[in-house]
Amino acid sequence: MNYNWNWGIFWEMNPEGSGTYLTLLLMGLRWTLATAALAAIIALTFGAIVGVIRTLPARWAVLAGDAWVEFFRNIPLLVQLFLWYFVVPELLPKAAGLWLKTLPNSSFWTGAIGIGLFMSSRVAEQVKAGIRSLPRGQAMAGTALGLTTAQTYRYVILPMAFRIILPPLTSELLNTVKNTSVALTIGLMELTARTRAMQEYSFQVFEAFTAATLIYLALNASLTFLMRRLEKAVAVPGYVAGK
Amino acid sequence: MPTTQPAMIELAAVSKWYTPQFQVLKDCTTSVSKGEVVVVCGPSGSGKSTLIKCVNALEPFQAGTIRVDGVNLSDPGTNLPKLRSRIGMVFQHFELFPHLRITENLCLAQEKVLGRSRDEAMTKGMALLERVGLKDHALKYPGQLSGGQQQRVAIARALAMDPIAMLFDEPTSALDPEMITEVLDVMVELAREGMTMMVVTHEMGFARKVAHRVIFMDHGEIIEDRAKDEFFSSPRSDRAQLFLSKILSH
Ligand SMILES: Nc1ncnc2c1ncn2[C@@H]1O[C@H](COP(=O)(O)OP(=O)(O)O)[C@@H](O)[C@H]1O
Ligand SMILES: [Mg+2]
Repeated sequence: MNYNWNWGIFWEMNPEGSGTYLTLLLMGLRWTLATAALAAIIALTFGAIVGVIRTLPARWAVLAGDAWVEFFRNIPLLVQLFLWYFVVPELLPKAAGLWLKTLPNSSFWTGAIGIGLFMSSRVAEQVKAGIRSLPRGQAMAGTALGLTTAQTYRYVILPMAFRIILPPLTSELLNTVKNTSVALTIGLMELTARTRAMQEYSFQVFEAFTAATLIYLALNASLTFLMRRLEKAVAVPGYVAGK
Repeated sequence: MPTTQPAMIELAAVSKWYTPQFQVLKDCTTSVSKGEVVVVCGPSGSGKSTLIKCVNALEPFQAGTIRVDGVNLSDPGTNLPKLRSRIGMVFQHFELFPHLRITENLCLAQEKVLGRSRDEAMTKGMALLERVGLKDHALKYPGQLSGGQQQRVAIARALAMDPIAMLFDEPTSALDPEMITEVLDVMVELAREGMTMMVVTHEMGFARKVAHRVIFMDHGEIIEDRAKDEFFSSPRSDRAQLFLSKILSH
């Protein structure tokens, strides 16, 4: 293989005029972080709501929750992003569709919301499993004390359910970060997209992707570390799971 | 005598089905007067837990009526959370909230349901903790207490709501033998103070000591509902006799 290694490339100017190649990648990282953060918030919010809904006694609520999960879980993420980005604006009334298409940073909003909704189906599964893993007597004890259903969830069920599902939620958070790279297909200039740009400008494919790999690794390793800290911080003294 | 008091809990022809084929309660009628202690016993699966859960509307029932302090549970106008907050319930597996300290377990419903301030709730909670002999454990978490201690906290948590009646569902069945007494002692004291109590238990020593009446259930039916002395000296039904001989033999 005839390849000119050049690790100094990161300090050379990129042709976009935005600074060095390193700056180029870091600008991508910023979009990756922003997209992952918003997607994670959406995933957690909707995942929690839908997960709770699926454990309520009302049948229609369970059906609606199940439908949500099946819809967002069974369609490939790539197809969902295309749907939100290319198809939905065409289906809307003309003015609304135009507004969407010309929205500043529309690939960011579409990417973050699309990934967030996709991930919400997985979070909903975890939340439901966490709630189901608690003894039935816990909800009953809350109810017997006079707490309403909402209060029982808020003060009794969810605090324990979320503690129990923190480890799988960590995996879902890492998946959310990784899935942001799919948004390059709708034009989001996040880390993977910038890495490809760097490759195309400089032909230093190995350096570019080595850097991207290390940045993703470092990012997810830090998140894992933080989540472990969180798990420790909220661990319940004396609690043995399944007791 | 308690029997001259007005009824605190009244069940009239209560029937419940879990499925159309499976009737778990059959025409159950009984009542518990103010200050009365009624022990409910019977073989496993006879419907004791279901019956007691119906009394504070934790389980729905399809026929008959239940009144608590004159309030009809099936009346659509009845505020069930409010009614439940006035009836204390103690479970076989304690059901303390594991992520909350003992103090927080005691305060939660006082604050969220009764609207008491943290100070009021704490004062009440600490007094009850002292009463069940656990003041030194106030800041611990449930998982750091023994089963007997957890059950005493659970009783204190129910009492913190100033209940008009207390329901117990096999409060000592999940406990190691050496811890049963400490829980029964609290219950005996409560009974002697005049608390209205409906207690599902197989502790016949407790029944003999403080019960006014004993209800014997089998297959979802109330087979006997008699004054304590009558029940122990001359149970009428063969099934009750058989049951008594089994549980008293060890
Ligand atoms: N949620 C439920 N769904 C269906 N059957 C139930 C349910 N809970 C209890 N049962 C059944 O109802 C019967 C009475 O149960 P239970 O009231 O717990 O009896 P006990 O407390 O006397 O042991 C049992 O046969 C039990 O299997
Ligand atoms: Mg039972």
